[in-house]
Order: sequence, then structure tokens, then C-alpha cells
Amino acid sequence: MTSARNIKNQVYGWLLLTPAAILLVTFTHYPAIATLAQSFFSTGTVTRPSKFIGLDNYRSMLEDEVFWQVLENNIWYAVGTIPISIAIALLMAVWVNEKLPLRGLVRMSYFTPTILPMIAVANIWLFFYTPEIGLLDQVGALFGAPSHNWLGDTDTVLGCIIAITIWKEAGFFMIFYLAALQTLPPELEEAAKLEGASRWTFFRRVTFPLLMPTTLFVLINAVINSFKLVDQLFILTKGGPDNASSLLLYYIYENAFSFFDQNYASTLTVVLLLALAVIAIGQFVILDKRIHYR
Amino acid sequence: MPAIELRGVTKKWPGTVAVDTVSFTVEEGSFVVLLGPSGCGKSTTLRMIAGLEDVSEGTVLINDTDMTGATPAERRVSMVFQSYAIFPHLDVRENILFGLKVRKIPATEQSERLSRVADLVGLSDLLDRKPAQLSGGQRQRVALARAIIAENPICLMDEPLSNLDAKLRHEMRIELRALQRRLGMTVVYVTHDQTEAMSMADRVILMREGQIEQIGTPDELYDTPATTFTASFIGTPPMNLIALESGSGGGVVAGTKTTVVAGKLGQNRILGIRPEHITVTTTGKTAGRRKAAPKGVPAQVSSCDYLGADTIVEATCGEQSILVRVPGRCVLEEGERVGLSWSNEDVHVFDAETGQIVPDAEPLSVAA
Repeated sequence: MTSARNIKNQVYGWLLLTPAAILLVTFTHYPAIATLAQSFFSTGTVTRPSKFIGLDNYRSMLEDEVFWQVLENNIWYAVGTIPISIAIALLMAVWVNEKLPLRGLVRMSYFTPTILPMIAVANIWLFFYTPEIGLLDQVGALFGAPSHNWLGDTDTVLGCIIAITIWKEAGFFMIFYLAALQTLPPELEEAAKLEGASRWTFFRRVTFPLLMPTTLFVLINAVINSFKLVDQLFILTKGGPDNASSLLLYYIYENAFSFFDQNYASTLTVVLLLALAVIAIGQFVILDKRIHYR
Repeated sequence: MPAIELRGVTKKWPGTVAVDTVSFTVEEGSFVVLLGPSGCGKSTTLRMIAGLEDVSEGTVLINDTDMTGATPAERRVSMVFQSYAIFPHLDVRENILFGLKVRKIPATEQSERLSRVADLVGLSDLLDRKPAQLSGGQRQRVALARAIIAENPICLMDEPLSNLDAKLRHEMRIELRALQRRLGMTVVYVTHDQTEAMSMADRVILMREGQIEQIGTPDELYDTPATTFTASFIGTPPMNLIALESGSGGGVVAGTKTTVVAGKLGQNRILGIRPEHITVTTTGKTAGRRKAAPKGVPAQVSSCDYLGADTIVEATCGEQSILVRVPGRCVLEEGERVGLSWSNEDVHVFDAETGQIVPDAEPLSVAA
């Protein structure tokens, strides 16, 4: 009797799960496993069909100079974008959380970059960076600076890409900080004021620690985005010059759809996913203990 | 020397005047309660003393120094907030020490003062707890400890007990009062609960719509209310306010004939009398077959509310309802005819239009 009902319940439960499960398996789980499997096979051609080669793809990846350069670029990209965009986001949030004239307008302007598609953003910034006629060179010319090909120089191109990403992301992260700031009771600041705490002391000892859950959330998003956000490369540089602005995901795209080396692309994808997983778990384990959740 | 003095302090917001030319002094070491219904400006007044709210007009003096424009920190006052304003990410110890650390007090003195204060408020065993692990009463003590450890002579309290349950509130009331006496603190305490005001205050400042209605000791406010507002705000149940009209010999309770106030004027007068000052007389059934009408102002019992130590009897007199406090359990039937009597010493006469007391009125005793 009970077991019959139990089985009925089980069937019922599985039936409810099926629609979501089908979608997840088709578009997430199967591709993930297929990618992992593909990374152990060679790329097939008409004359030489694909065959199992074990870790050979990983071995050639380690010998691939472009991979190392792209990885290094990506690390600099992450180091350049994450702390600065978070710091600016926090600064903007604290600023627009105060009572100031036209606060709504200021908040909206800070948030605008977020709602623009990255492709559009890249087009806007292309006008800034274009030699001779771009905004940067025009302004530079006023002070007698020579014209500079910002996106054509291997020394400046990554910096330019980093600047765009910060500009786009800071407003997005600001919204989370702003929401968190508005849940802080105003009495906390009043109590601190009565004790004679300066605004900086209050920020350091109260506001910032209480914002830590938001910071963790934003940090994980920023890390993922620093590996994920490559749309601007399609418009601005296509990874050039000399791979100086290429990022991991863009390199994966190139391998898969320009060089048609699906299996090497799969190998790179597996490595990227593993790296992201390790970073995310690390952030949770290390930071979670230090965070106060209300 | 008064610890705090307000001279014509006004707080205006666009479209409203929250506090309207309020002046009072708070003597050093005294416990003063700002009492009033919600929205009467009592909290705003307190926040202006603390410096958390700008003063629109007037002067705030603390220890005879003009502090109207001073920052909260310069005023050297402590404050206990209604929400306690405890820092949720810091443990009890860090919460209490917050101010001392900000002011860079030496570590040895910090721990000395901490252990003394923690002892005083009974938190010694809970110093390592986070606020989330504390009960409401314990959080209240943390807020209190943080205010005490600063050793400021003045402590401001904004409805500090309103988030506690009734039993705890009663205990804390006694404890707070004892602590204030022991430490000789000057306390300004905001509440809308007249029981708190009556039981704790040296002096009560009753506020209404941004203005001071009456200042006095709790018994002054209770025994000699200057207005109908004071009369109806203080006391549970509050003073009966009975409309009068002109009768043959003077003022009578509307709808009855017994003269209760001498003189011609009965119209526009209100008779104020506390429930415990009225005596209920019933007709003795033993007197015979015929029931004699009970003496005093005739009334009819409409309900009895038994509270244990006493019973609140609601009687209808004319068209007005009058509350009477009768000791012990009172057995009166609904609809029973009774007589109400009182002594003229306990009666207050107010002007119906202004609500002010009429000092030269001559209320009469009503004999039982």
C-alpha cells in the first residue's frame, strides 16, 4: 500500500521534472560531456577520420605559444578590470546613495552603459580610439600630443579593451551595491556619528563589512565576465595586433569557427571551465567564512 | 545649572512644522521623559538635542554651551535607538567598544571599562556572541552598554523599550531607572507609553502637535492636568471628560438634573474626573419591595470589565459613557440603575472650546 503510493509519487515527481530536465540535458549537460569527450579525439579530415588520442590535445595546448599569450592576456584583463570596476561601482553607489540634486538622473547615467549591447559599446569606443579623428586624438591634439593608433599598438590595445569593460561593468555592479546600501538601517550611521566616527571609519568598519555578501557576488560575476565578455573584440581588434588583445574565449571561437579545429577548441573549453570552477570554489571557501550574512 | 536647555527650538520641513518653538530645561542628573502620541515631534526634539537633525530656529544649550550647530560627536551625548542600531557584523564586545576604538582610548582602559559596563548590564557572559544570537532584551542591553561606556553625562533614549514584550519592558524599566540613579546620568527619554513616563520620570514633558502641552512631575500631570489633552492622555483608563449643560442651579451633566458645578455657566464646560474617584451606589434590594432611586447622578451600567485587582464599570449617563474603577470584583448587571457620586476635590472643570482648565470654577460634591 505505502510502497505503491511511494512509486506513484516517484513517477509523479519525475514527470514534473522532465520538461526542465530535457532542456537542461539537451543544451547544457550533453554539450558539456560531448565537449569533454571531443577533447580526447583528433580532428578528423576527409582522408584521416577522427580517432582517440588521449591527452595529445592537452599536450599540444601546453606547447601552443598563442595559448600562453592569450592566457596571459586574459589574466591581465582580469586583474585590470575586476578590482577597478568593483571599486568604481562601490564609489558610485555610495555617491548616488547620498541625497544630491538630480540623483535619479545621475543613477540612470551610471547605469546606461549596462543596458547597451557590448557590440554598440564597442562601436562607440571605436570612435574614441580611431587615430587622427577619434576623440582621444582630438583631445590629445589640443595639448599638442602626437596622433596614436591606440588599437593598432600591441602596448596599448589591451589597456583600451580593459577601459571599455570597466566602463560597461561598473554601472551594473553599482546597482547591486546600491540595493545593498539601501537595506542598511540609517541608525547605524547615526550611532557611529554620535561616537565621533568619521565617514571613512564608518565605511571601513561598518558599511564595507556589511556589503561583503554583495562584494562576493559581484566578484564572482566579475571573474566570470572577465573570461566571458569578448564581444568587443569582434568589432575592435579581432584579437590583434599579433594576438595582443586576444582573450581565451575569443581564441576558442577562432579555433572552432575560423580554423575549424573543433577538438582543440573543446580542449581549451575544458581548461577554461576547470579554471573558472576552481576560482569560484576558491572564492566561496576563502571568503565565505569572513562574510557576515544577515 | 541645567544639563540641557532648549530655547524656542523649531523644526520645519517643507510644508510642515514638526516642532514649534519648544523651550524647556533638563536638570543635571534628572530623568526627563518626552511624552506624546506618535507624530507629536518628541523624537524630532530628541534628535535635535543629539545633533542628528538640524535646528530650523532656536538654540540648543548643553551644559550652558551653545551647541545648536555642533556635530553630534562634539555634543558628547550618548543615544539609545529604538532599533538599538547594533552593528550586526560585530560581536557584543566590539559593539560596546566601537566608540572607544573610534576615539582611540588605550587598550587597557578599554578592557577595564568594558568589564565594568558588561557587569553593570549583565552581559559579561555574552561578549563573544553576535547580535543575531541574542534575544531582544539582550540586544537592548548591548545598546545600553554602548551608551554607558562612553561615560557621557547625558544619555538620550528614543523609545528604547518599545520592541520588548510586556514583562521584559517592566523589568527593564526598573533596571533603567536604577542604573540612571546609580550613575547619576541625565536622561532624556522619548516614549508614547504613559506608563513608562509615569513610572520612570522625574519630570514629564507632554507634547502635542509639535508643541509642549504641559511640563510637570508625573503626579502633577496626573492630579492637576492643565488641559483636556493631558487629562485624556495620562492614566489607564484616562480621566472621564463629561460634557455639561446649564441646569436650574448651575452646570449639570448633559441629560441629567443633579447640579455638579455651581454658577450660571454650564454650557461649554467639561467636567473631568478620574475613574477611581467616582463611587457607584446601587439600590439596596433589602430595603423593601419598592426600589428607591439610588443617590447621586443617575446612570445605567452598560458593561463591567474585570481586571483582577479592580473592575472598570462603564455606565451611561444621559448620552455619555463614564468609566468607574471599582476595587475587587464588581457584580453589577447590565442595565442596572446606579448612582454616581464624587467629592469636589477630585473634579476638574475645563473649557470645552479651548480645552484649558477653568481655575475659578466651583465644582460641587455629589453625595452618595
